[in-house]
Amino acid sequence: MADQVAISVRGLRKAYGGTPAVDGLDLTVFRGEIFALLGPNGAGKTTTVEILEGYRRRDAGEVSVLGVDPDQADARWRCRVGIVLQSTGEFDELTVAEVVHHFAGFYPDPDDPDKVLERVGLAGKAKARTHTLSGGQRRRLDVALGIIGRPELLFLDEPTTGFDPEARREFWGLIRHLAAAGTTIVLTTHYLDEAEALADRVGVIARGRLIEVATPAQLGNREEALATVSWRTPDGSVERVESATPTALVAELAARYDGEVPGLTVTRPTLEDIYLRMIGHR
Amino acid sequence: MSTATTTSTQPAPAPSRRVGPLALALRQGRLEVRQFLRSRESVVFTMLFPVVMILIFASIFRGELGGGVRFTQYFVTGMIATGLMTVGFQSLAIQIPIERDRGVLKRYRGTPMPRWVYFAGKVIMVAVIGVAETALLLAVAAGLFDLTLPQTADRWLTLGWVSVLGITACTLCGIAFSSVARSGRSASAVATPVALVLQFISGVFFVFTELPDWMQQVAAVFPLKWMCQGLRSVFLPEAFAAQEPAGSFELGRVALVLAIWCVVGLALCLTTFRWTTRRDG
Repeated sequence: MADQVAISVRGLRKAYGGTPAVDGLDLTVFRGEIFALLGPNGAGKTTTVEILEGYRRRDAGEVSVLGVDPDQADARWRCRVGIVLQSTGEFDELTVAEVVHHFAGFYPDPDDPDKVLERVGLAGKAKARTHTLSGGQRRRLDVALGIIGRPELLFLDEPTTGFDPEARREFWGLIRHLAAAGTTIVLTTHYLDEAEALADRVGVIARGRLIEVATPAQLGNREEALATVSWRTPDGSVERVESATPTALVAELAARYDGEVPGLTVTRPTLEDIYLRMIGHR
Repeated sequence: MSTATTTSTQPAPAPSRRVGPLALALRQGRLEVRQFLRSRESVVFTMLFPVVMILIFASIFRGELGGGVRFTQYFVTGMIATGLMTVGFQSLAIQIPIERDRGVLKRYRGTPMPRWVYFAGKVIMVAVIGVAETALLLAVAAGLFDLTLPQTADRWLTLGWVSVLGITACTLCGIAFSSVARSGRSASAVATPVALVLQFISGVFFVFTELPDWMQQVAAVFPLKWMCQGLRSVFLPEAFAAQEPAGSFELGRVALVLAIWCVVGLALCLTTFRWTTRRDG
């Protein structure tokens, strides 16, 4: 079902001055899904995404984005792809509304600029000059410009950097809303909770390769990972046991302590634990 | 399981709703003019600089060039030319690297906007500001320092084509030169000395023929000298042609040199323009 594939990458390679940044990367993103790319700085996330966006040329490999090779990006393709770059330029002397209205004019069937501003939470700032915006507000403007053309596919490179927790929640709502309307979303992020909250699937990039793709719950066999059971022993120290059958262990402890087990916790590795293990920081 | 390609399942954007190329260019131009006018520094330094200079020059050199012609009549030509060069060459050679640094150019590249529209916007801005600035300069010089404006349609026509050709050459060279600066911060340091040196050797601040011979030769390679010379044919009496280096205003050569610079500038723009910074790869 070629129709279902939004992005297809095979054997992607890109080197800078002989040093490989992307080294044989394979990736498939399906239409309508939210795909998160995780990876440490320098792993090749931004290089990969900018190749997919048509900003950089690859050294080798096959790339198809919405059925088009991004190296051959034309205006029609650009109409279908929304881009929120990692750091983007502002138009200091213009107002938020002026910038969004101006960019709407580049697209054949743009969204209503005022509604877009409302959706990204900038309606109250429509008349503000862009240089007066806070970091988080600038990012919302970036997102507004990314979605003004009603893209089929939206790239978001670290979109919530600089957001306060409340703004991030609002932003997640916006992304879910776009995905529910059928927009395919590819985002890179440093925040594992963001990937967990938003992504249908997560891909982990390390050393220029995609080392694993899974749902956030299944990443690194997280579901099958051993649980850690810990409790306080009568002498006051904390006992910690890794167990494949934590329920049985807890039942046994309950019997041993005849009821409540002091200081009982049962945990599985967080996405962050799994991720750090995968990229070799543990 | 269809064999249809991905693109065929997506209806092509309706071309009827797309803004036409001319309208796109005009919108871009309006945006650029608005940005320019809202930036106080650019208004003061670009628009008012020639006016301030003519105020200073006309106040210092109150005398006559000879034959009842005031110095103002001579220096106004240099001020018009230098004004056109400032808005065409200097402002673009400084503004574009800053926009490139900030990622404004990269952002445009990510939209369906045709690339030429960006340049069209700059050209419209330069043209609007150039006309406004020249009009202001002439009004001040005529009002305060008795500048004699051109009396014949012929001379107005020359003023028109020398200005248009000159500002076009400067604009194209400014866009081309914008790729020289490594960063937005260094852009001003790179572009300003070039403009300043050209002003000194091209007869903007001094009577051109009083400059050393070799300096005149160097200046003759660049457009500013020819812009000044063409404008002198507009503002000075016919008799002054004899005082030019070649004994005439050489309007044919003025047109030729400026046209060559337009072609060179355009070729450089098309071959060397960078939409991203060097570190962006």
